Amino acid sequence: MIVLYSYWLSSCSWRIRFALCLKGIPYEYKAVDLVKGEQFSPEFEKLNPLHCVPVLADDHVVVSDSYAIFLYLEEKYTQKPLLPVDPQIRALNLQIASMINSSIQPYHMISALKDMEKMFGAETKQWAQYKIDKGFLALEKLLKDVAGKYATGEHIYMADVFLAPQIMQAVNRFDIDMSKYPTLRRLSETYKGLAEFYASSPQSQPDACISQ
Amino acid sequence: MECEAVNLKLYSHWMSSCSFRVRIALNLKGLKYHYVAVTASSKSDPEFLKLNPLALIPVLVDGDFVLAESLAIIMYLDDKYPQYPLLPHDIPKRALNFQVAHIVASSIQPFQNMGFLNNFIEKKVGPHEKLPWAQSVIRKGFTALEKLLKDQAGRYATGDEIFLADLFLAPQLYSAYKRFNISMNEFPSLSRLHEAYNGISAFQEAFPEKQPDAVNSD
Repeated sequence: MIVLYSYWLSSCSWRIRFALCLKGIPYEYKAVDLVKGEQFSPEFEKLNPLHCVPVLADDHVVVSDSYAIFLYLEEKYTQKPLLPVDPQIRALNLQIASMINSSIQPYHMISALKDMEKMFGAETKQWAQYKIDKGFLALEKLLKDVAGKYATGEHIYMADVFLAPQIMQAVNRFDIDMSKYPTLRRLSETYKGLAEFYASSPQSQPDACISQ
Repeated sequence: MECEAVNLKLYSHWMSSCSFRVRIALNLKGLKYHYVAVTASSKSDPEFLKLNPLALIPVLVDGDFVLAESLAIIMYLDDKYPQYPLLPHDIPKRALNFQVAHIVASSIQPFQNMGFLNNFIEKKVGPHEKLPWAQSVIRKGFTALEKLLKDQAGRYATGDEIFLADLFLAPQLYSAYKRFNISMNEFPSLSRLHEAYNGISAFQEAFPEKQPDAVNSD
């Protein structure tokens, strides 16, 4: 069985939990308590030398980074595809996921904010909010002309899998005002109506509320 | 390199490592393209914004299709122009390539690009903190990459052929050594790769200083 190393509050872990639920792939959940520093244990270091979650173990294959894990799952488990066949819509999904993975989420990752605070004593919440707003503005411009029921049309795809946790994180932890982003806000309401979204959300995880 | 005549435009900046990745991909596949130099001021240029309201670089324009984000662009090129494939067939090895690409694209580059260094570090703390910060971010990422790749046998990052991981590593290694004074001795596997990339013409032609908008600076 697939093993997913995850932390309940991690939006990157949420993406993969969401993908696994959407594809109907059962998995064993192994909690990594980031507050207690379990990501720095020698055992976890062997799984991911960057000390981040999620990490996926599938028999002898170990993959870390949610973008890489997503594509691995998509290529190996072809049921309920989360990438379209059309090359341009496919590329658009890769672009949207990449914008979130590289230009938004890294700037509000807890470990990154802590490093910045430690090194500079700088106030980082405002910086994180600025980067989220900048990224959401770009996504809003991109999506307003292409979104249907979901981000890139009538089917749920990779872009949605990355967007859903990102929007929730932005609202719940960084007080982002979603009225500025009507398309993203509408999509978020759609995601909240999905059973898989709730099953994969932080409060539904085995390690929820154990540490904050 | 045999070049295929296609209708491709790449919006790029000579120093942008994200643009550098795409330039390597285009060169390896023998794809001719029109290079459109983007400057800081063109990012607020209405014409550029009309084409690309996101003001991101690199941007690829293929006919009337506009695409940003280097990984998305490279995978789009790999799907559409299958010569010189940039991903292996083996699924776990493909995953390793995506993993390496994302360590660079999400854990290193965002924290040492000019935007972050100038708009956050310099403004919040001061110009003297830019280099130490960038070096600490690069070293953290390179330490992880060194561990991930040290057991991989082969001339390049994930084997004897150049794949996606190499396209992301090469520009990051280039800027680490040239711009941020990271010592080559600290990371032997990465150092070996850096030397290998420097000898390949598709990589050389993509070097920042070879681009039409390159500026000589001492």
